[in-house]
Amino acid sequence: MGFDLPLFPDQASTMATRVDYLYFYLLAVSAFFTILITAMLIFFAIRYRRSRHPHAVPIEGSTKLELAWTGIPLMIAMSMFVWAANVFFAMNRPPRGALEIYAVGKQWMWKFEHVGGQREINELHVPVDRDVKLTMISQDVIHSMFFPAFRVKQDVLPNRYTTIWFRPTKVGRYHLFCAEYCGTKHSGMIGHVVVMEPAQYQVWLAGGAQGGSLTASGERLFRELACDTCHRPDTGARGPDLAGLFGKPVKFAAGGSAVADETYIRESITNPAAKVVEGYQPIMPTFQGQISEEGLLQLVAYIKSLQTQKPAEAPGAPPAAAAPPPRGTQ
Amino acid sequence: MSTAVTTAESIHRRRHYLNADYGIRSWLLTTDHKRIALLYLFSITFFFALGGLFAVLIRLELLTPAGDMMTSDTYNKVFTMHGIMMVFFFLIPSVPATLGNFLIPMMIGARDLAFPKLNLASWYLFMVGGMFAMYSVVTGGIDTGWTFYTPFSTTYSNTKVIPAALGILIAGFSSIFTGLNFIVTVHRMRAPGLTWFRLPLFVWANYAASLIMVLGTPVLAITIVLVFLERAFHIGIFDPRLGGDPILFQHLFWFYSHPAVYIMILPSMGVMSELISAFSRKRIFGYTFVAFSSVAIAVFGFLVWGHHMFVSGQSVYAAMVFSILSYLVAIPSAVKVFNWTATLYKGSVSYQTPMLYAFGFLGLFTIGGLTGLFLAALGVDVHVTDTYFVVAHFHYIMVGGVIMGYLGGLHFWWPKITGRLYPEGWAKLSALVIFLGFNLTFFPQFVLGYLGMPRRYHAYPEEFQVLNVMSSAGASILAVGYLLPLFYLLWSMRYGPEAGPNPFDARGLEWQMASPPPTHNFEQVPIVSEEAYAYHTAQEVPVAG
Ligand code: HEM
Ligand SMILES: [Cu+2]
Repeated sequence: MGFDLPLFPDQASTMATRVDYLYFYLLAVSAFFTILITAMLIFFAIRYRRSRHPHAVPIEGSTKLELAWTGIPLMIAMSMFVWAANVFFAMNRPPRGALEIYAVGKQWMWKFEHVGGQREINELHVPVDRDVKLTMISQDVIHSMFFPAFRVKQDVLPNRYTTIWFRPTKVGRYHLFCAEYCGTKHSGMIGHVVVMEPAQYQVWLAGGAQGGSLTASGERLFRELACDTCHRPDTGARGPDLAGLFGKPVKFAAGGSAVADETYIRESITNPAAKVVEGYQPIMPTFQGQISEEGLLQLVAYIKSLQTQKPAEAPGAPPAAAAPPPRGTQ
Repeated sequence: MSTAVTTAESIHRRRHYLNADYGIRSWLLTTDHKRIALLYLFSITFFFALGGLFAVLIRLELLTPAGDMMTSDTYNKVFTMHGIMMVFFFLIPSVPATLGNFLIPMMIGARDLAFPKLNLASWYLFMVGGMFAMYSVVTGGIDTGWTFYTPFSTTYSNTKVIPAALGILIAGFSSIFTGLNFIVTVHRMRAPGLTWFRLPLFVWANYAASLIMVLGTPVLAITIVLVFLERAFHIGIFDPRLGGDPILFQHLFWFYSHPAVYIMILPSMGVMSELISAFSRKRIFGYTFVAFSSVAIAVFGFLVWGHHMFVSGQSVYAAMVFSILSYLVAIPSAVKVFNWTATLYKGSVSYQTPMLYAFGFLGLFTIGGLTGLFLAALGVDVHVTDTYFVVAHFHYIMVGGVIMGYLGGLHFWWPKITGRLYPEGWAKLSALVIFLGFNLTFFPQFVLGYLGMPRRYHAYPEEFQVLNVMSSAGASILAVGYLLPLFYLLWSMRYGPEAGPNPFDARGLEWQMASPPPTHNFEQVPIVSEEAYAYHTAQEVPVAG
């Protein structure tokens, strides 16, 4: 290893450039004030040193000055706030049609599952110039998914799905870190994200699939666990029909409602009693501890896919929203 | 002047608080605020040394990218204990428990604090808390990080979480009692004529910090009890497997721990005001604003805890509110820096040791404060949070700011505390070495953080090594800087020349009594008829007796 002194990280996503511009603005403002204050300190300290200026001149203060140096920094601070909030909003709004990948964090590894069923550990392959969205959950403690070259990071929580998205702009291999302290091998919970040309990516996808697509695995689980004995679209079903459920508001027996998102679906499987759907009995058993996080993700993916497969069977539901078809090995 | 002393009488022959009584019992059972301040001084010096030892181990390990000096388990315990010792047993008590305890009664013309026995009890609680924390170290250590994030701390860590948490809980009560004592003392025991707006800014700053101690610390106590309940009895509070919410912990924890940063820094800011006015022989520019800004910081500091959680999954709108509030809280701190700088204008500036520390404070605090703007900026925080950028930022504020204030204040009032002068040359050298060592240690960490090196990493990718080596080299210089005062201050206690009551020709009631002060500070209650920092009236004594 030679003398290698990097001073700036790779810029490998659309977000990286946005964050960096803001960073340069902050740096410039900071440099300006640091220099200003240091210069004034040094100048006053020398100009008014005791040997040269033995008698201090009493000065009480100055409201005008006070207002100026409160007001101007306040305005600068607000400009930082607005700009930064803007970038943050973009980070938290995954674009539609993004390539969906699922991730599970556990002490101490990252597991990824692609829609086509490809799985990988501590390595993530993605195509360049394509929006990618990760839906993430932890199997134990809090972790944090961090891609320095993309300038994005998001905590990965137990019991709740969080998402992160990025659009890689440069082919290459970049660090993936766990940024939230998670125990003994926290610093070993690292990996790489490999950004590939689309054609290469196709080759990679084709080589990696095993055991069917995510939705197919989910469907298999759905049968194996006998979910379909209650959740059937025909009459007399004891549980609500799941087709067209994803993304729709659901009313609860105890009052209130929520939009059926990934976290809601997962909770309904692991803790069905928490939110019983209006019009049904709380008879569903809990599957807590019987399905791995990967299995839950497969079920969620399957239920998400149901709306496009049989939109007509969802009574009263508006036509399936703009959910893209399962992408799998496209 | 009521408390005038004849300096002709040497320290040995005169009765003062140090020789009023002899023997270990007279110290362990004392209710004199000055002696209790010294008890704190020795204890926190001990804890600081312990925390420093852990810091050395951390920096040694990080010299090389491979985690090859100790196991990752050990490393995790080392940085956890470093954090716990430094935050709860050094930074939080540093200025208030030592300088505050020593000075507040004297500065307001009182003979002691309002509750002298409670003050002694606070020190005992502090020590008992410290013992619990040390017990957890010697019986195997704790690896949760000083932030104790759940569910790791409640379910997954199989280290000594409970004794360490208990230690912090007990030490917390010590800080609540100290805060209460200060608040009541400042309200009830000011000398006649000493109105609120004649108080030294050091008193204002400690008053504001006390408000936080009293209002915030109970939340920490509750949080720790909840962690304990979940860990010991598996009651589901934070662990989702038991039906709890892991994020709830972070809200509770930061609701205390963010304001706690102000418990640490406000008293140091108070020291700054004293030093800068004394060594430029001027009243602080915009006294009223500086006084109110301390209280404003204390109050609004309670509203920004969410800025530690921008990537935790909280809603985008909550994040926006916390971000904008963080910017608003930053403004009073920034303005204080301008006020201090402006105080030098047309002053009569001397470069004695405490002033060098004050300059050091201004430099480090400015950098620490400005990098806070990066962390409050949502879009940038996402990238730098939980990286070394944060480590650098909080060291600049907490370690740079607080310790510069603490050491500056310790040097300033050392002649008052011990009656003797320290060797000026060595003291100046130490201020310089600390400033340089500090910057070399922590500045590279900003770069490391933006490059993406996460914090709490025992091993790291090779390309980060050069910056880490720089940081470790700086740490060894810094260590020398911190050790120097230990030696020459101890030396001066015996061999330093006698200081006399007011070696810096400063204003303030504490300078109008002998050094070291007599046990009851004032023979007669002084009557105050002047503003604080009455330098412009030259030779006149601002107190009528
Ligand atoms: C020679 C001086 C010091 C060095 C080299 C040093 C270095 C470090 C390092 C490398 C970390 C670990 C960061 C991480 O792994 O995330 C750390 C954490 C910390 N340090 Fe220091 N430190 C020093 C002095 C201090 C002092 C004097 C204080 C307080 C008075 C302090 C307070 C803390 C705190 C609160 C943490 C966070 C611990 C945690 O992440 O759990 N440090 N320090
Ligand atoms: Cu992790």
